Amino acid sequence: MILDVILRVAAKLFIPFILMFGLYVQLHGDFGPGGGFQAGVIIAAAVILYAIIFGKDAATRAVPEWAVRVMIPMGVLIYAGVGVWSMLMQGEYLNYNVLLHAGEKIGTYDAVHGQHWGVFLVEIGVLVTVTGTMLGIFYMFAGRGRPDD
Amino acid sequence: MVLLTLLAAITVGIIRTRNLFAVVVLSGAYSFLMASVMIVLDAVDVAMTEASVGAGISTVLVLGALYLTKIHEAPPRYSAVLPMVVTAGFGAVLIYGTWDLPPFGTAVQPVNEHVGALYLERNMAEMDIPNAVTSVLASYRGFDTLGEVTVIFTAGIGVMLLLKRWRTS
Amino acid sequence: MIDWFEALATHYNYWITIALMMAGLYIVVARSNMIKTLVGLGIFQTSVYLLYLSPGKILGGTPPIMAEGIETYSNPLPHVLILTAIVVGVATLALGLAIVVRIHEAYGTIEEDEITTVVDREDFSDPEPEPEPESDPEDSAA
Repeated sequence: MILDVILRVAAKLFIPFILMFGLYVQLHGDFGPGGGFQAGVIIAAAVILYAIIFGKDAATRAVPEWAVRVMIPMGVLIYAGVGVWSMLMQGEYLNYNVLLHAGEKIGTYDAVHGQHWGVFLVEIGVLVTVTGTMLGIFYMFAGRGRPDD
Repeated sequence: MVLLTLLAAITVGIIRTRNLFAVVVLSGAYSFLMASVMIVLDAVDVAMTEASVGAGISTVLVLGALYLTKIHEAPPRYSAVLPMVVTAGFGAVLIYGTWDLPPFGTAVQPVNEHVGALYLERNMAEMDIPNAVTSVLASYRGFDTLGEVTVIFTAGIGVMLLLKRWRTS
Repeated sequence: MIDWFEALATHYNYWITIALMMAGLYIVVARSNMIKTLVGLGIFQTSVYLLYLSPGKILGGTPPIMAEGIETYSNPLPHVLILTAIVVGVATLALGLAIVVRIHEAYGTIEEDEITTVVDREDFSDPEPEPEPESDPEDSAA
């Protein structure tokens, strides 16, 4: 089928660029529109496109179900872990000012760099959970099958 | 203004159409128009999220659900007069309520003055992140974002519980 | 006449927001197909996003991304709240669709009025009339 070939070739050209764009949106969330949610949805959309065109089995070989199952809580853990890290540095929960030491003296903190690290890690946590959830929901809907199939 | 009128027109189309596949395509177009309206309203982060989530993931999910259920909506059994009267009455009351709102785009209304202006002033000094929305989302209002990530996590687990087929072979 | 025109120009956003809200409400109340109800709920939610974002825009301002030489920015606080709301909305849609799929497998239909007649006919003294139809599709398709 000619149409089948067109779809497969076009998808193979597009999917790396979609993934790269998702990474760009995630990392440039500080300087332009973007951030964790948008990037997570874009990366999930790339894998969903692969699954729609090449079949669910091929997509499950690329991103297996156990990986999706691990990704969903991992993002929440990363986010909560940043909060625990600031409590370990004697600050309040999710206070990013106290994450990094300034110089060698214990007790002074580098607030601006701490904020940068805090926002970076938190956005990574959001990315992992959003990608896992969107992909997991799609796998569930695609794998259900009708009773009369 | 034109975009907003187009939005209303698409919504009328969604109400009247009974083929659910057409409804899905129309709702994807609706999300795209909403993203354009949001760009005009200077909300670029929100526009990107609405375009990717509304026009992307929503469409895929409803199409997946349509594959597993029916495509046509049955004709309505009860007459539509009472809902129309109720919604028209509601709409009239709400329009009466918006009469006193400040005109569109003024800078001195209460919503733009207190906390919003404070975040904009303190943003560069405290954390040197040019995108104010990211800094408010991740740092000033970080707890809300933690709650949101938990909600997404709960939805993912809920769908897995409802729809997983355990292979008994 | 000019007064009405000025009122229209400054309040058009809010009126379209209310129109969309009422359209979403009408779909939820008047239509009995469950998937259409979920789509109508989505329309209601997007109208609420418009309701939050319209007052945040400042005429003559720019998007809230700091750059050199720009004085007025639009208010970033509604943007943050709406970002959260959009993602929560899609999470609710996914769960609602999963429930609709299960209802379809259990009752064979997704129209609310057909399902309520089936439920009304059953004897309510029997608490578990439905698990049999549910387990059959899973056994035959597993």
